[in-house]
Amino acid sequence: MSREPVVGVLALQGDVREHLATLTELGAEAVTVRRPEELAEVDALVVPGGESTTMARLATRFGLLGPLRDAVAGGLPVYGSCAGMIMLADRLLDAPADQVTVGGLDVTVRRNAFGRQVDSFESQVEIDGVAGGPVHAVFIRAPWVEQAGEGVQVLGRVVGGPADGRIVAVRQGNLLATSFHPELTGDRRVHALFVEIVRRHLAEQAGVDAGNERGTS
Amino acid sequence: MTEHSASAPGTSTTGTMAVKRGMAEQLKGGVIMDVVTPEQARIAEDAGAVAVMALERVPADIRAQGGIARMSDPDMVQDIIDAVSIPVMAKARIGHFVEAQVLQSLGVDYIDESEVLTPADEAHHIAKSGFTVPFVCGATDLGEALRRIAEGAAMIRSKGEAGTGNVVEAVRHVRAIRAGIRRLGTLDETELFVAAKELRAPHALVAEVARLGKLPVVLFTAGGIATPADAAMMMQLGAEGVFVGSGIFKSGDPAQRAAAIVEATTFSDDPDVIAKVSRGLGEPMVGIDVATLPDSQRYATRGW
Repeated sequence: MSREPVVGVLALQGDVREHLATLTELGAEAVTVRRPEELAEVDALVVPGGESTTMARLATRFGLLGPLRDAVAGGLPVYGSCAGMIMLADRLLDAPADQVTVGGLDVTVRRNAFGRQVDSFESQVEIDGVAGGPVHAVFIRAPWVEQAGEGVQVLGRVVGGPADGRIVAVRQGNLLATSFHPELTGDRRVHALFVEIVRRHLAEQAGVDAGNERGTS
Repeated sequence: MTEHSASAPGTSTTGTMAVKRGMAEQLKGGVIMDVVTPEQARIAEDAGAVAVMALERVPADIRAQGGIARMSDPDMVQDIIDAVSIPVMAKARIGHFVEAQVLQSLGVDYIDESEVLTPADEAHHIAKSGFTVPFVCGATDLGEALRRIAEGAAMIRSKGEAGTGNVVEAVRHVRAIRAGIRRLGTLDETELFVAAKELRAPHALVAEVARLGKLPVVLFTAGGIATPADAAMMMQLGAEGVFVGSGIFKSGDPAQRAAAIVEATTFSDDPDVIAKVSRGLGEPMVGIDVATLPDSQRYATRGW
């Protein structure tokens, strides 16, 4: 299996173009996903930055929420940045009472945790699994992970300032999420980590399929 | 005020160009709605708005009632901030830097330096780079957009003709901006200096737009959008998102129309979706033929 992975970007709203460009630069085939039949065609999905309440409502209204939940349950690799982290969280704080999520990540995420836009900031964050020094991180009305379940790997925390130690990057199996927006900075290393997760997942699947074929023949 | 990035772990920087422009990037593909009460703000949030614009009177009422239109009462802006979890924008008068200081102190997420309010300065816009809060400004053509970006605007919208329910001016402005960008792409290095002179904009910005083939900030449309089809047309013309002012809460069924405009913006390239969401929306706002407006009542001519 050496074909390039097809990575979808959920294109209901948000900074879709930046994710598409970064994924393409990394050699993935990047496509937009707005409909269940488009979701069915991808090897992995990115949920971009944007407004999570808007994405959740559009996903519900256009019949995408169920297929998204099924895809995550089925092991689809998904990376969420900012609003994408909110969409992947099992539990939310400071969200409208009726805000739904795709879920899958055993975390409690607080929306707009760092404050309003005047509190949005740039910083440097060390990410486990990302070599070459800290990642330049842009936080925009960003969420953080308030609490992470036992199976969740904490990959990065804020250093310094009033939010010192807050969790801003996590991974659980094939799900990856960051509070910040690597798609805005030109630093492709977080996306590269995700594409690596996708490639490994595809290789494993190919192995399983090959095994099944051998077993049945 | 620093525009450079944080350099070492443990240091963080607010108010940078990246967080100001990046904030607008997050709004792309979305609809920003004018609201005058916390109840309207919640209707907008429920309908899927990516942000609300808090103001005392929608443009259609400003037109009808006349008088000087100013920044909203801070109490009213605060009540709307408290009512919703999505970003809240508010308008300051062109050139009124103290209204902008007040809005920043209230914690609004974006300031619209808006021609819909009565201008406070007939020569100067606000020097926007020095603020921590980002600004959006209206433009009728590429030169105007680039002058605003040079002053520090982190987002541009067409001016259109607010409060008319008539999309014709928004079409004119988005077409003019996009055509201006395309034209720059055909010019050589020498010609770009003359283009900068003609556009009355800094050469560095003109050269950047020629290289990128787009503005260095997000381009939304505003001014007269009243129907889902209006919103979808503006997206197809190259707008990256939509402001709807009077079009929603001056219509028969605001909640349904708001949701329909959000859906038509996301699926702007899918006529089946636009047809579906356009059914049974009730009365749109009545609207004004822009050609009948005297020059003194045209907001788009405000700004320099």
